[in-house]
Amino acid sequence: MKVFIPSPLRSYTHNLPEVQAHGASVAGLLEDLDRQFPGIRFRMINEQDGIREHIRIFINGELTRQLATPLAQGDEVHLICAISGG
Amino acid sequence: MHLLIGTRKGAFFLQVDQTRRAWKTTGPIQLGNLIHHLVQDPRKPNLLLMASKSGHLGPTVFRSTNFGKSWKEASKPPAFPKAPEGEKGRVVQHVFYLTPGLAPEPGVWYAGTSPQGLFRTEDNGDTWESVAGFNEHPKRALWCGDGQDAPPDGATLHSINVDPRDPNHLYFGMSIGGVFESTDRGASWNPLNKGCEADFIPLPDPEFGHDPHCLRLHPLSPDRLYQQNHCGIYRMDRPEGTWQRIGRKMPKKIGDIGFPIELHPRDADTAWVFPMDGTSVWPRTSSGGKPAVYVTRSGGKSWLRQDKGLPPEQGWFTVKRQAMTTDSEKSVGVYFGTTSGEVWASRDEGESWKNVARHLPHIYSVEVARKP
Repeated sequence: MKVFIPSPLRSYTHNLPEVQAHGASVAGLLEDLDRQFPGIRFRMINEQDGIREHIRIFINGELTRQLATPLAQGDEVHLICAISGG
Repeated sequence: MHLLIGTRKGAFFLQVDQTRRAWKTTGPIQLGNLIHHLVQDPRKPNLLLMASKSGHLGPTVFRSTNFGKSWKEASKPPAFPKAPEGEKGRVVQHVFYLTPGLAPEPGVWYAGTSPQGLFRTEDNGDTWESVAGFNEHPKRALWCGDGQDAPPDGATLHSINVDPRDPNHLYFGMSIGGVFESTDRGASWNPLNKGCEADFIPLPDPEFGHDPHCLRLHPLSPDRLYQQNHCGIYRMDRPEGTWQRIGRKMPKKIGDIGFPIELHPRDADTAWVFPMDGTSVWPRTSSGGKPAVYVTRSGGKSWLRQDKGLPPEQGWFTVKRQAMTTDSEKSVGVYFGTTSGEVWASRDEGESWKNVARHLPHIYSVEVARKP
């Protein structure tokens, strides 16, 4: 499925704003992303498997906060860095 | 020689010629990322480690094996162990402090984090493991307060010092907790705070809970420790385990509060501090807007003001705990960076100062490095 990558994470995806990845759930998708782009998962997901404070994951435009959320073929996933900082 | 500068918006190198007069700034590296510490490995001078985090992304460590030409992320950055199901585990918010191990332990480094945790690598910073002897110590939560009353950027484990005679002998400071010591390579830890004041704790001589800002062990006289604490400047001579408040000899109107303390590489009686205003609401700037370094050449029996070249007025500097350092030249160079992005250098042991960089971002750390 199509995954949209925010600019702070594109150093992992060779500057690609959009990549293909697979998984039956958000957790599986993130594992696949990490296989393809080592290190990317830990920047978004902490060591307790929590989504980091300023990261948001949208599936087909809908926010999810659970890694167990199921995914289906053809879903579009947007990884978003929430506006923060200064 | 280079100064490695970690800032709130990336890292910079300051290169200087052999006379230590002509400075050149290069960078930024990782513009926009918070770089809390950037350190050279004295055992492998091409190896640099950098503690990095962005406003959005999790904390990590980057490594360069070619003195900063290129960088690669650690394949396993410092992280606390996953908590058992149903329990709340700790999460590293940022890597704050990096210390290389000794020559007999090539590849070993230590990292201190916020919240307060200790991590070790044995492969030059590529994979990091939690030091269970501290991170899982039954008293850790008691010692650290577990996040209660933490400072705005979080409580930090910092100033990791390895006894140059013995890699099993470690010290560190915690901004909530105090100074701690291990003699078994981190397997067990004990507080080392006797004699150190903690005027914010309603006990006469608490065993822990102190706020060391910076702890330094003298490399040639490792039985001597200095610390700049929230409650003054202290010295300890081992094996005795009592801190002596040597800051009492500082001028009363200046006081003995600050963040950094740095030592002369060859003379254990010489140390430099950068006092700050720790009165009323704690502005944490240079006293009266007149920045000055103070030096002792007598182990703290007396202190001398060193402000030649620094602004005589309206200089409201803040110098953080990792933002002061020394080199090892015959006439020792002393360097500090400010939160307002200036770097100041002295090539005559603090006698005179020169501004060598300005307009940089908020400076977190300054370390000396030598290009191989």
